[in-house]
Amino acid sequence: MSQNYTTLSQIQSDIQTGQTSCVELVDFYLENISLQNSKLNAFVEVFANEAKQKAIEIDQKIKVGTSGKLAGMVLGIKDLLCYRDHVSQAGSNILKGFQSQFNATVVQRVLDEDAIIIGRQNCDEFGMGSSNENSSYGPAYNAIGENRVPGGSSGGSAVAVQANMCFASLGTDTGGSVRQPAAFCGLVGLKPTYSRVSRWGLIAYASSFDCIGPITKTVQDAALLLEVIAGKDENDSTVSTIEVQDYSSFVSEKKTYKIGYLKEAIESGLQPEVKEATLKKLADLQAQGHTVEAVDFPMIKYFLPTYYILTTAEASSNLSRFDGVKYGHRNNEAKELIEMYKTSRSEGFGKETRKRIMLGTFVLSASYYDAYYTKAQKVRRLVKEYTDFLLEKYDFIVCPTTPTTAYKLGEKTTDPLQMYLGDLFTVQANVVGLPAISIPNGTDSEGLPIGFQIMAGAFQEAELLAFAKEIV
Amino acid sequence: MNQEIRDKYEVVIGLEVHAQLQTESKIFAADATAFGAAPNTHISPITLGHPGTLPKLNKKAVEYAIRLGLAVGSEISKYQHFDRKNYFYPDLPKGYQITQDKTPICIGGGVKVKLSTGEKTVRFHHIHLEEDAGKSLHQEGSSDSLLDYNRAGTPLVEMVTEPEIKSAEEAAQFVTEVRKLVRYLQICDGNMEEGSLRCDVNVSVMLVGSKVFGTKVEIKNMNSIRFIQKAIEYEIVRQIEAIESDEKIIQETRNFDPATGRTSGMREKESMNDYRYFAEPDLPPLHISEEWIQSVKSQMPALPWELFEKFIQHYKLPEYDAGVLTDTREIAEYFESTVSFTNNYKAASNWVMGSVKSFLNENSLEISDFGISPARLAQLIQLVDDGKVSNSVASQQIFPEMLLDLTKTPLQIAESKNLIQQSNTDTLQTLIDEVLANNEAKVKEYKNGKKGLLAMFMGEVMKKSKGSADPKVTSVLLQKSLEN
Repeated sequence: MSQNYTTLSQIQSDIQTGQTSCVELVDFYLENISLQNSKLNAFVEVFANEAKQKAIEIDQKIKVGTSGKLAGMVLGIKDLLCYRDHVSQAGSNILKGFQSQFNATVVQRVLDEDAIIIGRQNCDEFGMGSSNENSSYGPAYNAIGENRVPGGSSGGSAVAVQANMCFASLGTDTGGSVRQPAAFCGLVGLKPTYSRVSRWGLIAYASSFDCIGPITKTVQDAALLLEVIAGKDENDSTVSTIEVQDYSSFVSEKKTYKIGYLKEAIESGLQPEVKEATLKKLADLQAQGHTVEAVDFPMIKYFLPTYYILTTAEASSNLSRFDGVKYGHRNNEAKELIEMYKTSRSEGFGKETRKRIMLGTFVLSASYYDAYYTKAQKVRRLVKEYTDFLLEKYDFIVCPTTPTTAYKLGEKTTDPLQMYLGDLFTVQANVVGLPAISIPNGTDSEGLPIGFQIMAGAFQEAELLAFAKEIV
Repeated sequence: MNQEIRDKYEVVIGLEVHAQLQTESKIFAADATAFGAAPNTHISPITLGHPGTLPKLNKKAVEYAIRLGLAVGSEISKYQHFDRKNYFYPDLPKGYQITQDKTPICIGGGVKVKLSTGEKTVRFHHIHLEEDAGKSLHQEGSSDSLLDYNRAGTPLVEMVTEPEIKSAEEAAQFVTEVRKLVRYLQICDGNMEEGSLRCDVNVSVMLVGSKVFGTKVEIKNMNSIRFIQKAIEYEIVRQIEAIESDEKIIQETRNFDPATGRTSGMREKESMNDYRYFAEPDLPPLHISEEWIQSVKSQMPALPWELFEKFIQHYKLPEYDAGVLTDTREIAEYFESTVSFTNNYKAASNWVMGSVKSFLNENSLEISDFGISPARLAQLIQLVDDGKVSNSVASQQIFPEMLLDLTKTPLQIAESKNLIQQSNTDTLQTLIDEVLANNEAKVKEYKNGKKGLLAMFMGEVMKKSKGSADPKVTSVLLQKSLEN
């Protein structure tokens, strides 16, 4: 029978009644990987034997009733998450073959709840990209075909779920890297509030923006995964100590919500079908009794500059440790230190990463610091204040996740500004540190998925997920 | 240098003193900080800056910095954050150092130094917390560099003075005081040779009365007070000579070579670094509550200058004694412990400054290694005060015996060696009679006027009594016998 499940609860009840098992599920996903991965390039490493072994153990645990919350869930993890004694190389040659000595907190937590990790997934190098075209492993492909990008940077993570190569994925989202590929692949992608989830073991791109989030087929399973991975952690002193709610069982007391949509977002050069689908969704919401109002956000034009100045600044520092001295790629031909640094880093980092390191170094340099970095910090605060102000009036702020559906490989690589513009709606949540989710919202005329983004106030994940579940 | 030329110039010196805090673990990781371990044995993934790691602040390091700040009268910042100082160097694992650029933990404060010209306070601009780097080792005959990351992440406080030190002597005195202070505070072992305490020196000269500082030169990583003094002296002369012969002083970093006593320029670009500081996003802002400050204050160890005053005022010791006894916290504590058992403060001071310190020096020991307890030492003082033994017997015969057998009291030693002073006139008279009977010729000479022979008779009686004869009583009895 088909092992192609959409919800974990179905899997778990079918395991109970003996209709499936972890062993069968793992075999099913491994079979799909072997059939499709050479084409889609979603997984860069598959832990076949480990996953099979683990499946036997967990089936046994289920039998004796000692299994965890995620028993039956077969997960893939983005190549930016550390997994002890496994390679974690951030889609980069500079970390080629680098094995982590510890588990990311999220990895430890899903393992503790008996999830099975089946493999490591392709992504843009250090999370820098929107199409998964900046990976040392080569691009991942949208399973929808026609040479479409899966989005990025968690491209491989989205494709793996889309093509049933695993049940769910853990991705990372610095400017939309979970939500945008989820949108391009017709899935649910959740970026939690900044600091809701420990960053211990997340290979840093931009520390004050980075968030780990799930990519799933349903909102329910995104809620369940968040419930498992969120919460305080000894290893990350920036993580929030606010109590984690039972997101998966939360039922809101509210029947209707106040929803604001960004007027500028709807009016600013959307692909017509995306605009249509979004307007239809807004009309539906109104019809269901929710209050839907257009809101102005004149600062929208500053979202991307702010994002790119601050993230590249942090990245230029975060990536300094990759210098060929202690681990990772080193040019052994170099005759002296500076030459070793230059050649090792030039060879190890891809083009987009080098570009962002240079940009970040530039905006932090003494002569330009105030003009760029300081100013962007101020704008960040203003955007946050205004967003917070809006979220006092509205329960949620909504907009399309992306201005277009998945484009073709190579279509935007020659025009980086066009590529960056694709992140316009997703970066706001990272700039202000708020939770946002992308849910499927139909398809365009070519059958390409459209995403709908909902953003909520800080730590309002329970309401956000409840609402998303209701309207998906 | 011609004194007349020298006197035309005023010297401006600012110091940056780095002190390694002796916390058990590193400032942002759980690795041990122990000095002298085999290379690369205290290197967790955090210390090595592995991808995915995050720093976690060691509260003890903060507490030590607060302790220092309170001791020198700094204002403790309530809200602060850490910053990243970005630069590439192989001993810097993350490619940046976590430090405090914008919001140092301590602001202001100062340390008093005693100079030949009087007392002066050297003020701090600020004191901040940061992490140490690893160590690069260069082996003779090899072009390779070796790296030891054990030191990376060791907590440091950097004490930055105002540029108001006026001479090499003042700088040396200041560092001496700082070293004494951090030891008293038990936050740093002050060991300059091992690099626990290091100093960067900024020196410039200008014409007396000038309002504009001269171009400053930085001498880095000085690890001895003597070198600091020598380097500054050399640098002052070099700079004045340069100005006098119309040469330009270059703002640069210089190295001091102890072998030649000279400083020499490093590569110029070292001073061209743009560190691209920005707030460390991996650590939350640090908030120091008033309660925290109060609790550090309440556990504050005694400060050297407080003890110095106390020793003069309360124990009525001369300034010299107070200075010697408060030179280190351990000696001061030993002294205070001793006087808790005896009221003869001056005697206690003499013993500690004399016999005790000589023994420690001769054997290169610390007071913590010293076996005789303060209580025992006080018993010895009491024995002398009671007239049971003389001072010289106590120091020459009993004290060495106490060191050899720590279980015996001074009284037991004195008794077993028959050292208790004989003040019993009958016993003494017998001894005196014997001595006089054995030296009839000398007695005759004495009686004929050679009074100087008294000392010889005293010596003989002492010898017979094995040193236990009370000199005063003996002298009286002896004279009486000889006059007969």
